[in-house]
Amino acid sequence: MAVTMRRGNPAHGAVHVAAWYLATYRRLWKTNLLSSFVQPMLYLLGLGVGVGSLVDRNSSSTDLLGGASYVAYVAPGLLITTAMSLAAGESMWPIMGNLKWQRGFHGIAATPLEARDITWGHGLWIAARCAIAGAAVAVALACFPDTRSWGLVVTVAMAVLVGVAFAMPVAAFSINSEYDGAFAGIQRFVIIPLFLFGGAFYPLTQLPTVVQWLAKVAPLWHGVVVARAFTVGEVDWLATAGHTAYIALWIVAGTAVATRRLRRKLYP
Amino acid sequence: MPEPLIAAHQLVKRFGDFTAVDGIDVEVQPGEAFGFLGPNGAGKSSTMRMIACVSAATSGSLRLFGLDPATHGREIRGRIGVVPQLDTLDIELSVQENLWIYGRYFDLSRAECRRRATELLEFAQLTERADSVVDTLSGGMKRRLSIARSLINEPQLLLLDEPTTGLDPQARHVLWDRLYRLKQQGVTLVLTTHYMDEAEQLCDRLVVMDQGRIVAEGSPRSLIDRYATREVLELRFSAGTNDSFADALHGVGSRLEVLPDRILVYADDGEAALTETHHRGLQPESALVRRSSLEDVFLLLTGRSLVD
Repeated sequence: MAVTMRRGNPAHGAVHVAAWYLATYRRLWKTNLLSSFVQPMLYLLGLGVGVGSLVDRNSSSTDLLGGASYVAYVAPGLLITTAMSLAAGESMWPIMGNLKWQRGFHGIAATPLEARDITWGHGLWIAARCAIAGAAVAVALACFPDTRSWGLVVTVAMAVLVGVAFAMPVAAFSINSEYDGAFAGIQRFVIIPLFLFGGAFYPLTQLPTVVQWLAKVAPLWHGVVVARAFTVGEVDWLATAGHTAYIALWIVAGTAVATRRLRRKLYP
Repeated sequence: MPEPLIAAHQLVKRFGDFTAVDGIDVEVQPGEAFGFLGPNGAGKSSTMRMIACVSAATSGSLRLFGLDPATHGREIRGRIGVVPQLDTLDIELSVQENLWIYGRYFDLSRAECRRRATELLEFAQLTERADSVVDTLSGGMKRRLSIARSLINEPQLLLLDEPTTGLDPQARHVLWDRLYRLKQQGVTLVLTTHYMDEAEQLCDRLVVMDQGRIVAEGSPRSLIDRYATREVLELRFSAGTNDSFADALHGVGSRLEVLPDRILVYADDGEAALTETHHRGLQPESALVRRSSLEDVFLLLTGRSLVD
């Protein structure tokens, strides 16, 4: 037999799928990377420096932020929300396109690869995208004394985890979506509210209790809290483990649902 | 007799209440070019998807290379090539990138992917377009690239779902020539089509499908011999009046088929039938005597025209 068959190693297939994403991305990477870098830097300048000059003048605010300057406080939040938006966006239209328009997933489904390889490959690709975009922002942050910290490494790691934790459930949603109108709803009612009320710009304690709980359901806040502990706060290892495990739970559950749904779509 | 490459027995595919494939029996031998002929909705594509191991049979048994798709789907898919009805190419990538990337899904090394891609581009007459973005190719070129891509794993069995639908005559002939070469190299071809000429050109043997069932099986020639007369007289009367001439033509041939645009008179001697038509004082706007084709077989078997 000409073809040596794999024994269905999912890591293997996922790498091939991620390599396919990479080949497609190579044509867009410059504009893409630029926008996922420029946007958080604009927010950081506008909020960190502008709003920060007001916040830092108020000693009770500074206490609330654990003694950190506002720009240092907000930096990990912005880096991680960047990953969240990127991951969610890449798990909507591209997923639908590969199922309905260009039908790339159907092409893959005809080979020895299957649904699990595609979802794992998608997750792997999102992790790489978040790592690159996060690292670019982290390098810029490291240039300024206020935001320079080894904790930025942990922040990028959290950005990767949070990114994948959003990507997989959103992908699961996109796989079963019949039309792309629903994606605007996800952006408006999930991603933007989390961006504003998910703990990136101010402590969640500033919000009503109900909103706090809602924000804590999503993985974003957990990633931001860990990153902030490593950059401007004190590290509680047990809490770090707890938050990380919670984010991982989203990844595992999201991947399982997405794989199940994709298998039904590709192999009816 | 060698073991059949494909063996289907009482194969059924249902989607909810709808039965797409209703208990078909098919065997395809290695090296054969086998066709599923039928109108849209006959169950051809559903059958192909089961054979391609991307759709599970509702009931019945299916074996490819003696393996069960339910348990050996990955392995079977590694040994077949699939040219889907709708291209699944990466339109924003180059022609050769499409081949390189696809080869990796079969776990071929990068070097092997490149080597095979070069050969396949030659075969598909796309060498000069190797660096072109797929989006800029013509329909016929995209189709040839789809075929080249499906051959990257050197499959023993190639499945083609409506390979030339939507192509112009020139592009179809180029494609048929490539498929004919593959057949000569010993690749087993299984294709679906609703084009009679395609089935006659490419298939050693075919089944006619209608409403999920097989209604006839044989070589194109044997089907024509069995189900149609030697010749057919095609008569056209002025628009909308065909029906009113049917009675007047009774007995001219062995059978009449009244279509919206023409009347088909089945007769072993078409010229004699035409003479008889004129004897009866009928003046058709046009008359044509031709050899019978698979379309006539299909009309007889299903009472419907293939292209409707």
